[in-house]
Amino acid sequence: MSTLTSASRRRRAALRTLAFLSPWLIGFAVFFAYPLISTVYFSFMHYDGFRPPTWSGGKNWAYVFEHYPLFWPALRNTLWLVVVTVTLRVLFGLGVGMLITRIRTGTGIFRTLFYLPYLAPPVAATMAFAFLLNPGTGPVNSLLGRTGLPAPGWFGDPDWSKPALTLLALWGIGDLMVIFMAALLDVPAEQYEAAELDGASAWQRFRYVTLPNISPIVMFAVVTGVIQTMQYYTEPLIAGKVASGVIQGAGAQFEPGYPDRSTLTLPQLVYNLGFQRFDYGSACVVALVLFALSMAFTATLMRRRGGLVQAGERS
Amino acid sequence: MTQVLARPAEVSAPERRTARRKELLQWIAVHCLGVAAALFFVLPFVFVVLTSLMSDSQALSRDLVPHTWEWGNYRKVFDTPGFLTWWRNTLVYAGLGTVLTVVSSVPVAYALAKFRFRGRNLALMLVISTMMLPPQVVVIPMYLFWAKQLDLSGTLWPLIVPMAFGDAFSIFLLRQFLMTIPDEYVDAAKVDGCGDLRTLVRVILPMAKPGIAAVALFQFFNAWNDYFGPQIYASENPGAWTLSYGLESFKGAHHTDWNLTMAATVLVMAPVILVFFFAQKAFVEGVTLTGVKG
Repeated sequence: MSTLTSASRRRRAALRTLAFLSPWLIGFAVFFAYPLISTVYFSFMHYDGFRPPTWSGGKNWAYVFEHYPLFWPALRNTLWLVVVTVTLRVLFGLGVGMLITRIRTGTGIFRTLFYLPYLAPPVAATMAFAFLLNPGTGPVNSLLGRTGLPAPGWFGDPDWSKPALTLLALWGIGDLMVIFMAALLDVPAEQYEAAELDGASAWQRFRYVTLPNISPIVMFAVVTGVIQTMQYYTEPLIAGKVASGVIQGAGAQFEPGYPDRSTLTLPQLVYNLGFQRFDYGSACVVALVLFALSMAFTATLMRRRGGLVQAGERS
Repeated sequence: MTQVLARPAEVSAPERRTARRKELLQWIAVHCLGVAAALFFVLPFVFVVLTSLMSDSQALSRDLVPHTWEWGNYRKVFDTPGFLTWWRNTLVYAGLGTVLTVVSSVPVAYALAKFRFRGRNLALMLVISTMMLPPQVVVIPMYLFWAKQLDLSGTLWPLIVPMAFGDAFSIFLLRQFLMTIPDEYVDAAKVDGCGDLRTLVRVILPMAKPGIAAVALFQFFNAWNDYFGPQIYASENPGAWTLSYGLESFKGAHHTDWNLTMAATVLVMAPVILVFFFAQKAFVEGVTLTGVKG
């Protein structure tokens, strides 16, 4: 075969690849690369959407880090949610996963019931919890009152709003349950049998057989949990809005974070700066902080994912 | 090895009895725990539904069960101005968005899974990176583009049009699925004289149905659940609101009437749960395949 035809064939293959990839290539350029560069550009501009943008140097950056009153509370809340909520979700997800693998009767029904809350649309689920946990007439505090336990203020109390959000996040554990369930069923049964013959206790079997086998999945759950916390938007916003009584379209503007900035998260700042304060430049600064944090954790995940594939091939 | 693992054939009767008793006790403990967990997951739904059927005055009390069952609450929700429009908008956003996403993502996923070309790993890495980014990262320029340059704010088009250009999460999930289809099928189709597009449509697509179903479901749920998108682009025009966005205004319009707000909440949750029951298998498969939701 002559080199000419092989060259033209190669060109045809390249064109074919390009054609198949074209929707994403265009989408990536128009809806991601261009706006990302534009975000960097606007982060150095003063722009309110009415007058033309003017160069402002590092002013937006200095404003966000030094003077914008909502930035550090949002970052602190994110840290709290990462440490407490992500940890509890991973532990609870593993627990529910282990429970479902041990249930012998009615497994299908139990699995569906455990999974359903994960499907509840975030706005609807948050409305439901705002009602369930409302301090005045909510069923949870009614029940707590009947048993004589203290009834917290939940979404209305800055000390209890994040625990209330955590409760909501634990209710929707379905995604982690399914992942852990699949991982637990993949642990080779011979290893358990061997451990039992050696007289290992239940805890020892968990510690020395289960945990080493599922540790990549635990790691995966932790990192995706952190990434999801960076994106946490709808639930804290709706919880704050409903608890504060400020409602959209009523003319009054809702400053996110009610009560006392305790439910602020980073994505809410982009909305607050850009669409409530019309300070597009500073909104872009927060957007870039969000971008840097998300990318850092995604990079960790991708390195792990590589390791995960190798581990799968070795066994 | 098998000899070591095999249990001694003769176990004394009392030993067997204690073993069986231990097993029974374990069964009881596990299932008690299962019931307790089920209550935690189900009771919130139960209380929401019960409250949605209470009278106005009773919804303000601490009662847990309705005295009279007010099915008319649901009628009142449907009679709320705009509610049916939100339903229609949501169906358009979710339905059209799902179709566009699947059609535009399948060829990309196929190329990433089955073609050999330079930069393939880089492309895959870019897909995974963008899939993990929140929409807020690029929302300012995107908003300026749609609202100031194309004058499309107050509509859902800024949310629907981008779906015609592939969605990172859908591409990734489909690619994972297509990787499980052996290359031999592609090669055999080529030998039979099929072009790339024919191979994809005639040979691969029929085998990829479960993966496509999972992607379609995720995409439908994402659009259904989306709050941030409609908040940015549709908030100024109630005629373009979706259910997830409009639901919140219920609390405002009905103030402390938890019964009507909860009835509306049930109506937003119910379709998602119904769809899930019809497509449970595809959905769970999608979760285990990628480990994440979009």
